[in-house]
Amino acid sequence: MTLPPLDSQQWNGAIRAFGWGLRATSATILSMVLFVTFIGIGALAHDTHFSMLWAILSTVLVWAGPAQIILVTTLGSGQTIVQSAIAVTMSAIRLFPMVVAVMPLLRTPATKRRQLVLVAHFTAVTLWVECYRFLPHVPRERRIAFVHGLGTGLITIGLVATIIGYLLAANLSQTFGAAVLLLTPLAFLFSTARNSRELADVLALALGLVFYPVAALLNSGVDILVSGVAAGTIAFGVHKWRQRT
Amino acid sequence: MAAAHVSDFIGDWHTLAVLLVAGVIPNQIWRMLGLWLGGGLDEGSDLLVWVKAVATAILAGVIAQILVHPPGALASVPWFLRYGALAAGFAAFMATQRSIFAGVVCGEVVMLAGKWWLG
Repeated sequence: MTLPPLDSQQWNGAIRAFGWGLRATSATILSMVLFVTFIGIGALAHDTHFSMLWAILSTVLVWAGPAQIILVTTLGSGQTIVQSAIAVTMSAIRLFPMVVAVMPLLRTPATKRRQLVLVAHFTAVTLWVECYRFLPHVPRERRIAFVHGLGTGLITIGLVATIIGYLLAANLSQTFGAAVLLLTPLAFLFSTARNSRELADVLALALGLVFYPVAALLNSGVDILVSGVAAGTIAFGVHKWRQRT
Repeated sequence: MAAAHVSDFIGDWHTLAVLLVAGVIPNQIWRMLGLWLGGGLDEGSDLLVWVKAVATAILAGVIAQILVHPPGALASVPWFLRYGALAAGFAAFMATQRSIFAGVVCGEVVMLAGKWWLG
């Protein structure tokens, strides 16, 4: 799908921009990835004995695949609510820079913060990546409506997939159940790698993968945070050093 | 019977409350902080490049965590097969000019074939 030119009449009005955002979800491999990931999440929720409503609410209200997986697996393996909440909070830290990075793409001098609350809620890895791809082709004053459409479309895809995965899980053997769960790391890895164009991003991804198993040996309870900050900082340092030379 | 179906669908209220406390609030806090504190940051600033790199590395950590400490049915797959599937998928991804689809399919096929071969 190609979006209309920036000066087209097709961008007149927020409803049309919302519609273009909604339609943009059909144009992307990431929607497929999202679908596949949330089938895995629905299946996992079923296997760990959560209710269908629980799975649905977790997709709509949490709206962050890794956090949902961590929540389900920690609670399912008998950890306390506090331990689970800490692990989820750590994984959710990465939403902070995503929101920070998305906001300047949307703001105009007249934009009020409350107009961006829903955009902040929609922000997760897929929306973050798609904003970089689509927003340069969207007139600035229509970007909030466009992202509202995009986010609504993505959550709907995630929701349908959660329900399908939940229903599938009851009927899958252990091998196929494992295959569904493997979809999540594969989909996350390749979609992130595909969107890592800058050296800093490529290094952060590669070092993050390698550092986690090392950090896990410390068994600090905040292993993901330790490996993430270390790997990200080194990647940033190399990026700055290359800029200088 | 109908009542039993409805209560199966809802589950128990305690678990739904846990979802709010351990799932929804920890995620929304960071989003709203980003909205609140991110206002003054410039897109190309060093701080943002660093923060993006850390976000990417944390996501990479989540990927590694699922493979190193696999949840549910994935734990039935031996470690060398989990890592091997990811490596094979990555090779296919690179060989196809970064096709996410090719990478995912190849990783899944290797895992399933390996599991079948091991019995």
